[in-house]
Order: sequence, then C-alpha cells, then structure tokens
Amino acid sequence: MTQDEGTTGDGTTAESRATTEGGTAAGDGAATRTDAPGTATQTAGGRAPSRRSLLGWGGAGLALGAVAAGGTAAALRTGGDAQPAGADATSRSAIPFRGRHQAGIASAVQDRLHFASFDVTTDDRDELIALLKEWTKAAARMTAGDPVGDGAVGALAEAPPDDTGEALGLPPSRLTLTFGIGPTLFEKDGKDRFGIKARRPDALIDLPQFPGDNLDKARSDGDLCVQACADDPQVAVHAIRNLARIGFGKVAIRWSQLGFGKTSSTTPDAQTPRNMFGFKDGTHNLAGTDTAALDKHVWVADGEAKGKESWMAGGSYLVARRIRMHIETWDRTSRKEQEDIFGRDKGEGAPVGRKHERDTPHLKSMLPTAHVRLAHPDSNGGIRILRRGYSFTDGTDGLGRLDAGLFFLAYQRDVRHGFVPLQQRLAANDALNEYIQHVGSAVFAVPPGVRNADDWWGRELFA
Amino acid sequence: MRAHRSSVVVALAAATAVTAVAGCAAKNDGKGGGKGAVEVTATDSSCELSTKEFPAGHVRFAVQNKGSKVTEVYVYAPGDRIVTERENIGPGTSAEITAEIKAGAYEVACKPGMKGHGIRQKVTAGGKGTNAKRDPKLDAAVAAYRTYVQEQADQTLPAAQKFADAVKSGDVEAAKKAYAHSRVGWERTEPVAESFGDIDPKVDVRADGVEKGQKWTGWHKLEKSLWEEKKISGDDKKLAGQLITDLKDWQKRVAKAEITPTSMANGAKELLDEVATGKVTGEEERYSHTDLVDFQGNVEGAEKAYELLKPVVGKNDPALAKELDKQFKTIRTLLDDHRDSKSADGFASYDTVGKDDRKKLSDGVNALAEPLSKLAAAVATTK
Repeated sequence: MTQDEGTTGDGTTAESRATTEGGTAAGDGAATRTDAPGTATQTAGGRAPSRRSLLGWGGAGLALGAVAAGGTAAALRTGGDAQPAGADATSRSAIPFRGRHQAGIASAVQDRLHFASFDVTTDDRDELIALLKEWTKAAARMTAGDPVGDGAVGALAEAPPDDTGEALGLPPSRLTLTFGIGPTLFEKDGKDRFGIKARRPDALIDLPQFPGDNLDKARSDGDLCVQACADDPQVAVHAIRNLARIGFGKVAIRWSQLGFGKTSSTTPDAQTPRNMFGFKDGTHNLAGTDTAALDKHVWVADGEAKGKESWMAGGSYLVARRIRMHIETWDRTSRKEQEDIFGRDKGEGAPVGRKHERDTPHLKSMLPTAHVRLAHPDSNGGIRILRRGYSFTDGTDGLGRLDAGLFFLAYQRDVRHGFVPLQQRLAANDALNEYIQHVGSAVFAVPPGVRNADDWWGRELFA
Repeated sequence: MRAHRSSVVVALAAATAVTAVAGCAAKNDGKGGGKGAVEVTATDSSCELSTKEFPAGHVRFAVQNKGSKVTEVYVYAPGDRIVTERENIGPGTSAEITAEIKAGAYEVACKPGMKGHGIRQKVTAGGKGTNAKRDPKLDAAVAAYRTYVQEQADQTLPAAQKFADAVKSGDVEAAKKAYAHSRVGWERTEPVAESFGDIDPKVDVRADGVEKGQKWTGWHKLEKSLWEEKKISGDDKKLAGQLITDLKDWQKRVAKAEITPTSMANGAKELLDEVATGKVTGEEERYSHTDLVDFQGNVEGAEKAYELLKPVVGKNDPALAKELDKQFKTIRTLLDDHRDSKSADGFASYDTVGKDDRKKLSDGVNALAEPLSKLAAAVATTK
C-alpha cells in the first residue's frame, strides 16, 4: 500500500519548494504572482492569525500556533527530533496556481484533503469545455484565497451569492487544486463521448483486478477528479463545494473523500507522519525539490508525450485507492508482530536492525512478507512513485467498527510501470493484507499545469 | 412540508410580521409619538400624505384612519415588495409604522376594507441611490402567477373533497386512490401555501414535524392510517373534515398573498429545494411512496413561475434562460422514465426506485435548482 524508498532529499524550506513545482518552466508566469487573480497580501505576514489556526488540530495546530507566536515551532513540537519551523512557515500562504506542472503533486503536502470524483453528465463537448474554463478561473481565485465570482457577500440580496462563503476571512491555507481525467471521459460503453477517444494515453490504463480487492463501484472511478489539499479542512471543503456547485448540470459528484493526517511527506525535513496503524510510513517519499527524481519518476517527459499523447507533457498519472484498515484486529496484534509486518519499529520508525528512522533499510533482515521490504525500490527494479495519501475516518460502520484507513494517492509517470507492478507484488505477498482491504479505486491522467491567464485545465486535450 | 420556516415568496400580513411592527412602534412611542413622522390620513376613498419626499433612514408613518372602514397601510418598494405594513387600523383610530428605508422610490397604499390594490401614493426617500422602476412585464408576470396560485387552490378543493369523502365513508382503497391527486395543487404552489404559517402545520406536517402538544392532523396523518395501519378510525374521519376546512381557509387567503418577481423566482427555486430535501429521499410520502407525484407537482409549479418570468429573463440573461429550458426538459424526461400507467397516480411507487435512479434524479434536481437559484438575480437586475 505504500512505497518506501532508500534515498532522502535535502532540507530546503517550504517556500522554495512551493515555487519549485510551479516555476521550473522558464518565463511562463508560474511563480509570477502578479498575473494571478489573488494577491500576495494574504500570506502569513499580512494578517493576524485567525482563532482557527491558533486552536488548530494536534500537531498541525501546534505548528501553526508556533508560527503565529514568532517561529518558535521547534520548541513546541512534541516528539524527539525538532524540525525547523520553515516546514510550516508558509502554511497560511498561497501556493502559485500556474506553472509547468499542476500544484498539489510535488509541492509540500498540506494537512487536509478533500478529494472529489465527478461524472460528466452533459454530452455536449462545448459545454464541458466551458465548464473546465470556469473551473480553472474559480480554482485560480480560490487558491489565491479569493472568493469565487462576485464573492460571498455584497452582490444582490435577493439572490444566492456566487461564493458559498465558509472560507471568508480564512487565509489561502496553501490550497492546491489538482485536476485529473479518468479513462471513462475518453470512452464509455464503447462510445467516444467527446471526440477524444483517440487521444487516450497508453499509460492511462484501466487498473487490473488485484488479489484481495473488494471494490465498491460507488467509491471508484470517475470521469474527472479534483484533489483539494489545504492546511485548513474548511478551505479544502469550500473549494470542492464551489466547484461542484459550478458544475451542477454538467457534472455530478460521483464520490468524494475527506482526509486528514497526511501519510507521507514531500518535504524530507518535516516529521514523518504516522498512519492509522500508528506507524511512521512513507519516510523516503520523493522530495518535491529532487527535480531529477521527479523528472524520472513523476512527470511525463516532452519527448515521451508525442502525437496523441502530446497533451500530457509535464503531466502525471494518479492512482487513488481507498484502503480500509481493520483497526480493531490490528490493535489486538502484538507489537512484535506489528513491527515485523511493517519491517520497522513502532517508536522510532527505524528499519529492522537499524537505529534511526532514516537509516538505510537492510531488506534481507526483514521478513520476506514485510511491507517495507516488498515496497522498497530495490525489490521493484527501482520503481518509485510519489505518495500524497491521507488518513481517513468516516465514523463507524454499522457493526461499530471504525471506518478508517488510508486514502492512498500516488503520482507516477506511467501507471503500468508505477503502481501496477508494485501493487501486484504487495497484493500477493504483503503481510499487511490481513489487516487492510482495498475498497475503492480510480485512475486519472493529470494534465500539465495551467500556464497563464488564458490557459485552462485540459486545454491541450481539447485543442 | 416545511412548517416553521417562513417563505420569502410571500410577505403576507402574518401574525409575526404584525407583532414585529407593533414592537417597533411601541419602542418609538417612547421617543415622542408622531412628531417628525410622515402623516398618513386614510379615508374610505383617499390616502393623503403630509409629504411625498422624506430623508432615507429610520422613517415613521403616523396613520390616522378617518374613514368608516377598517384599513391597512402598506409601504411598497418597487416590485411591490412590502417594506412594512400594518393591518387592522380601525375607523377613528391611529397607528404608527416604522421602517428602515433606503433612498429610492416607494409607494404608500391605504387599503380601506383591507383588500385589493389599495389607494396608492408615490413617495421618494431622499439620499443616494434610487430604486429602478419595475419593468411592466414583471408586473404582468406577478399578476399571472397570482392567478395561477388561486387556480391551483380552487382546483385542489374538489380533489381534496373526493379524498375526504372516501375517508369519511371508510373506503380505504378509494381514499388511497384519491390521496396523491388531492395534493397536486398544494405541491405546485408550496412556497406560497407554506407561507401561511398557521395552515401548513395543520395540513402538510409529517410525523417528525409535530411539536409537543400539537395534534397531528392533515394529509400525512391520513396517509399513515391508510397505508401503514390500513384502516380508517373515527378520528381520521374527523381529520378529513378538518383538512377540508383548513384548505378552504387557504383557498380564501391565497388571494391576499403579496408576490414579487424576485419572490416568485426564489419560490421556484424553493420548490426544487422541496424536491431535493423531501421527495428525492422518499421522506415526504414515507407510507404511500407517492413521492414522484409531489416531485412532478413541485417541478410544474417551478416551471410555471419560470415561464412567466421568461420574457424578462430571456432579455436580461439569455444564457440562463437557455440553461433552464434545457434542465426543465431534462427533469421532465427523467420523471417520464418512472411513469407507470398501471398505478393510480401515474407514477411508480418510490420504494421501487433504486439507488442509482435516485442518484440520477438527485443529480437532475441539482442541475436544475442551481441555475434556478440565479433566476432572482436575473429578474432583479435591469439591463
């Protein structure tokens, strides 16, 4: 369910990471705030912290509060190794929306997620294009911390406001909105719905059935997706809610997932988060600053995106899996067994036989079925994927069991050489399988970033 | 059914409004009675004002009824929106009305005998900003909608009578057959019907809406008896009679409803809200499962309001009109998929409509209701 790689990135600040993703293409205005609809005034320094950010939630709240109190984050952090405050210093600010790549992939992982999958309900290509343009416009505004349209207040009293208003007064909270296209937009029931069937990339496969999958159709697939990540759940929910509203009549929400407690980090200097099993996982995720590794494993290269696939240059492929965890049985499992299953110790997170979390794992010391061993690039011909998953809990199921788990999000250059072989190995052998079940699944082509004010999500596909 | 939320469709001379105005006036009395107020002298045939221009802000109207009939005084903003009103000003008595009035053009109306259009005077509140004059097309739309609302009430009575008669005669099957049809007129004009805060809880309340100490009466109580208990009690027979009494009250009062273009537009949207919250979930008709009949009634009522406003909407926002035409057509098609010629009311029982189809209906409602929510802005904006 996750991948554990052997390399670490360096420790640059979140600020430089935020611009790295958007700014790699020279001169396309990615990091140029001035052509964004929002202004840079809504950054951390420009406003008094709101009560919300001071109250916070758990560790994230501590960090936010510490920033507000003047950057003494390290002193306030719990846990052994103090982290530089820089990791959270920009948590109230805006991440540039435009760039060669979409934000929300390699940019520093935020604390919260609202992921939505949509069915396109219109058959009209022009209508779909008009919606994508409108969505892009709204997304640019919301990521900058601005309300949609004429805003939440101030327009006609007799009419509902353009913006739903629950993010009014909140900072941008590093909101990113990442847009993807599912296989069914190209072809559904043998029908070329929007005249783009021929442009479906080979890498956008229908995922095979993996052993142990128990997929719920109502929580799987979709024609389009939007991943909203932010440090404030209200900001993430607001974004999806407004996009859904703009889309009514053209698209309908198929399913959505809220997530919290990021389960991996693209910023190696940040603390490794724990998953719902209490384990540090995703220690060696791809770093957002490691452009060479990102080019190799995540971004679709210009040279590779030729002909019908040219629209995907600079894009990526996303696999989303709702992985239910059998929390109660896990909690009745001995610590020894838990640690053997992961191949790490529970307290420090160190690989078997090692002392520190970031020590290079010695795979042969682990059980052949250990999660880390099976997921490691060395066991998979060097395959790496970029993980952006979140924990979820949707209350309890009808049997009183915690409906919780991991909402796994992974970006890669080609699903056929990324998630599929990895998951085949894990599904067949992972000792963790006794405690987890994949219950939802979707795959999306994530086009490159929106380049300028005239560009929109998916433009090159419909060109 | 939405017993305790007052509708924006009709700012009727309801008990709550009167109380609010009275409270305001009482407070004002302490500050020196009628001094500085706009004096309104009402007779049976005239409505004289001491001034037709006054500064915007907190305005007081000191009304004297010198006529022989009980009168009422209204202050209307353009579009006949009631800014404030006071009923039941008896002959020879005075009353005071207060309101926060923004700059612009208004009409003050005295209504001797408390009915009709009233004797109207144009007035102006000074200061910045003005209220645009209303498009005569909108006045025509309001008038036509008022007629429609009255027709629906008039047509409901015989249908409801048939239902009530079946209940009274103890004929469960006949009552079941007449049930859904008896509700159609109510459902088509629900936001207006519901605005009568005292009638709605008597005729259309569901089991979960009954408050402590309130007796459960009306359609849904009888629905439960017919489908759930499968028998008609003596009390039910009495309730059938009461339903008719309450509906007659509604039929009589609906003529007094004040309707504006924007409230018509918002009412259309509210009808879809009714579908979204009660019908699509199957909560409204939980025993009879005749939700799709109500669904269609709500959609028809919304479409009527839209059709009447369309001459203006088509001019102000042609794209919205196009979208609404399309979405109304789509929802009718969706409903057509569930027609059942064998059923007494023409639709499939909602408990036979599966989860996927309910999702489709729900998506269709969202697709229509969202642009419909923009209708008010389209009729309020003059282009």
